[in-house]
Amino acid sequence: MKIMPCPLNGPRNIQEFVCGGEVVFPPNPDGATPAEWADYLFMRDNVAGAVREWWYHVPTSFWFIAERNTVTDEIVGTFLANELFPVRPDSASDGDGA
Amino acid sequence: MPVDRLPPPDGFRIDRSRPVGFEFEGRHYQGYAGDTIASALVAHGVWALSRSFKLHRARGPFSFAGGEASTLVQLMSEPNVQADVREIQPGMRIGGQNTIGGVASDLAAILGRLERFLPVGFYYKAFYKPRGIWNWWEKFIRRTAGLGRVDSTWTPEYFDKVYAHCDVAVIGGGVAGMAAAVACGERNLDVLLIEREPGLGGWLTYGRLLERDGGSVLSDLRDRLDELPSVRVMTNATCTGLFTDNWVSVTRGNCLYKIRAKSVVACTGGISQPAVFRNNDLPAVVSAGGVQRLIRHYGVRPGRRAVVLTAGDEGYAAALDLTERGTEVAAVVDLRSEPTAGEFARDSRAAGIRVLSGHTVREAWPQSGQWRVGGALATRVVGPNSCAAEGEAIDCDLLCVSIEDAPAGGLLAHNGATFGASANRALPHLVSLAPHVFAAGTVAGTRSVQQAVTSGQDAGESAGADVAGSLTVVKHRPTPITNELVWPVFPHPHGREFVDLDEDVTIREIHDALAEGFQDIELLKRYSTVGMGPSQGRQSAVATAAIVAAATNTSFAAVGATTSRPPVHAVRFGLLAGRSFQPVRHTPIQGWHVDAGAQMMNAGLWMRPAYYGSPDERADAIAREVLAVRHGVGLIDVSTLGAFEVRGPDAVEFLERAYTSAFRRQPVGRTRYALLTDESGVIVDDGVAARLGPDHFYVTASTSGAETLYPMLLWYQAQWQLDVDIADVTSAFGAINIAGPAAREVIEKLPGNIEFSGEACPYLALRTGQLAGVDVRVLRIGFVGELGYEIHMPWSQCRGLWEALVEVGKARGVRPFGIEAQRVLRLEKGHLIVTQDTDGLTHPHEVNLGWALSRRKPFFVGKRSIEAMMEVGLKRRLVGYQVPDRSEPLPEEGCLVVRGDEITGRVTSTAWSPVLDRAIGMAYVAPDQAVSGDQFTIKGDGGRLIVAQVVRPPFYDPKNARQEM
Repeated sequence: MKIMPCPLNGPRNIQEFVCGGEVVFPPNPDGATPAEWADYLFMRDNVAGAVREWWYHVPTSFWFIAERNTVTDEIVGTFLANELFPVRPDSASDGDGA
Repeated sequence: MPVDRLPPPDGFRIDRSRPVGFEFEGRHYQGYAGDTIASALVAHGVWALSRSFKLHRARGPFSFAGGEASTLVQLMSEPNVQADVREIQPGMRIGGQNTIGGVASDLAAILGRLERFLPVGFYYKAFYKPRGIWNWWEKFIRRTAGLGRVDSTWTPEYFDKVYAHCDVAVIGGGVAGMAAAVACGERNLDVLLIEREPGLGGWLTYGRLLERDGGSVLSDLRDRLDELPSVRVMTNATCTGLFTDNWVSVTRGNCLYKIRAKSVVACTGGISQPAVFRNNDLPAVVSAGGVQRLIRHYGVRPGRRAVVLTAGDEGYAAALDLTERGTEVAAVVDLRSEPTAGEFARDSRAAGIRVLSGHTVREAWPQSGQWRVGGALATRVVGPNSCAAEGEAIDCDLLCVSIEDAPAGGLLAHNGATFGASANRALPHLVSLAPHVFAAGTVAGTRSVQQAVTSGQDAGESAGADVAGSLTVVKHRPTPITNELVWPVFPHPHGREFVDLDEDVTIREIHDALAEGFQDIELLKRYSTVGMGPSQGRQSAVATAAIVAAATNTSFAAVGATTSRPPVHAVRFGLLAGRSFQPVRHTPIQGWHVDAGAQMMNAGLWMRPAYYGSPDERADAIAREVLAVRHGVGLIDVSTLGAFEVRGPDAVEFLERAYTSAFRRQPVGRTRYALLTDESGVIVDDGVAARLGPDHFYVTASTSGAETLYPMLLWYQAQWQLDVDIADVTSAFGAINIAGPAAREVIEKLPGNIEFSGEACPYLALRTGQLAGVDVRVLRIGFVGELGYEIHMPWSQCRGLWEALVEVGKARGVRPFGIEAQRVLRLEKGHLIVTQDTDGLTHPHEVNLGWALSRRKPFFVGKRSIEAMMEVGLKRRLVGYQVPDRSEPLPEEGCLVVRGDEITGRVTSTAWSPVLDRAIGMAYVAPDQAVSGDQFTIKGDGGRLIVAQVVRPPFYDPKNARQEM
């Protein structure tokens, strides 16, 4: 069983984690073409090599990002989510549409 | 045959004061406590323990160290027990395996004479055509070519997992492993020393020591280990796998140990190798190590007259051991033409033991009427893999074989170590190791006790430095290879030179497979089955490589080796299965429900009341509960609802993005329906968002959705980085829903500071305050379509308030109701249940929840996808229906909606409504079938076509007057 170096909890059995899939940055939902949007939703590159993935530590409910080499199965490094998603995007609402 | 035991100090593992009686194949035998099945039987001259897999030849132990299939026996309810490892127990009943009528007179031995009709690749060739012929043959083959028998009347046992941690795990408690453990222990590291045998010491416990090694090496190491408190020793513990990041699996008894070590030192030793000559599989053809184990561990004299075949000094050591104990050594047959002068060879000559240099055993034969070797033909080696046909026939009842040990490298190989072969040397040697793994002793190529001690110390020191993070250079002392032995493989015109005893593979079959084009070592293995038996090639891989290299005129390095995979030793299924622990969640009111006669059912991990009453009046009980809610008042425990606290300046912003509805202008003190879709626009859950303050929401989620929803919300937050905190308070808050026309009357009877009148607490209101002394959050919502209050409160207070409500509601006939009644009630109101009435593709417009999508918000999760799907157009719609004909049977969930030959949908919910007195339900239909009043056809149970009519929900109280009163 692998060990995952969790940025919050230190090294833990990988059994305690759930992989949330490749980190994909969403395109602007309004600007993206249907093909781009479908690509974002359903297609992943599945590269042989370094991949950044979402990982969730279940006991502490903690999401972070791990860079993993899919060929050697090495965890190259980990990131807090705000290192890759630092900017607070603009407000989602401009009124009450209920 | 009389018992043949040697006097002490031989036999230190047995306790001669404790005789143990047991049965083998119906005959009674006696051994001593500490004997293995094999040692006790061999003491009686019983060498044949099993029949071989394919040809049913009689077979016996070779290594006496576990690992070969020829020692597998059947216990009453345990198949495939290693006779040379398992200790005998009083009254043990042991049987042979894979025989018809027993090991001694196996009727299936006829197969041995049919060998020429069982060519290499037999299964592939014989059962390929005609199609289906395998099914006919299979029964016969399974009966004659099998291992042990599963006892279907077995007594269940517990198997458990144990988790352990250490700084350094030392695998193998031989001299190298002990030295490594001492080196680590002296650094005060937490060490686990794992040894498969009952005691530490490995080879030192049975081998013949050189004078210069003295007798004190083992006792010195033992004493030092005893003084080190940080070293834990596990004996009788088998390491079966070494996995990523030093996850070590160890089996002992009925426990599977899952050990995590910072560093691992593998001292797994070597594996004695057979020589390949005609009839090399006869019982009492045994390794030198096996002979010495029999003598020193068990005090068994292995035979009366021995021939020793050797390729090194170790064979002479065995010859000396035998001679000193009264076994006549007829000859030491030395494969080397110019034996280098080893100490034991010199001593043997001094003891007058006859030596035939440059000779081999060309063939062996059985004693007449016995399943045991009776003699050997020693002939001169005339070239690589060839020997003279004529030679000297020597009578013997023991043929001791001493070829070089192969490194027991399986465990290391699983973990990423590489082994290499030199151009002209068959035995592989260790080349590289995975990080945080070290090796010492025979597996690392040492050839003497002193080398093993030194390499153990070095590896232990390296592991210690590795744990401390200060490892710079791994001390590595490659042992010079002195012996360029041509591997002893001697084809015979009449065959039966077994390369793999497990699978009955002979030299000819390897040659045939090569001739048929299977030259790649991996393909050769699969086609010929060499190395595929229980011993996994431990005793056949080297000989196979030697044969392939010679036949294809390539180097050993070019031949390569097959991939070794875990486990290295057989693992009982029970250890892998073990006990399973299924968590069950109880609400705080569980005890009351059970006392009240509730039929409990599983709802995910939760236990919830289905209905209250006995199962034989199920329908009546449910109807009674439904009518109580419709006409009086009912109580349901909804503590299983998910609950989240969303707090912070961005609380509104977060909900606006995550949920489809709009929350910015939701007043404090109000609740709002909250629908959640995923990024592809599919409905994933629904609940209620109650606004406790400008920056504070209390959001509920469905019982089934709560566990997956929370990670999903946190995942959004990880990307959005909003100034908000989301806490899962599912198990901090319990809740009770009180519903029915008399609900207000009952709740008002409890003391408190909340006003429940229609004006003060209207439909969809949220009120906080005290009720019967409990801090509560009251959500006035109507899932069941009556006046109702969902009262949320701290977990610990739920039962008290429930009992208080039951007490004050008695006068109005308050009745607890379960999930079954709730499902009918909500169906009468046309409220859908996410995951029951939705599936993995349902988007809000398909189920008439378009109203829950905020049109003004520029963004919410799923918005873009829902719009894209609506551009394509609706493919189906969820409608309510009733069955006009009351005599029709109730359609079941999942029944198809059909139009001619076309399937247009399916039923998702169905119930008999006691209030409406007819069958109602919800179903997906084609969009053009969704017109109110139109009819469609449901294909019911047994293909019966049932006419249903589309009804616009709610079926009951269409103006929703009752829930809002």
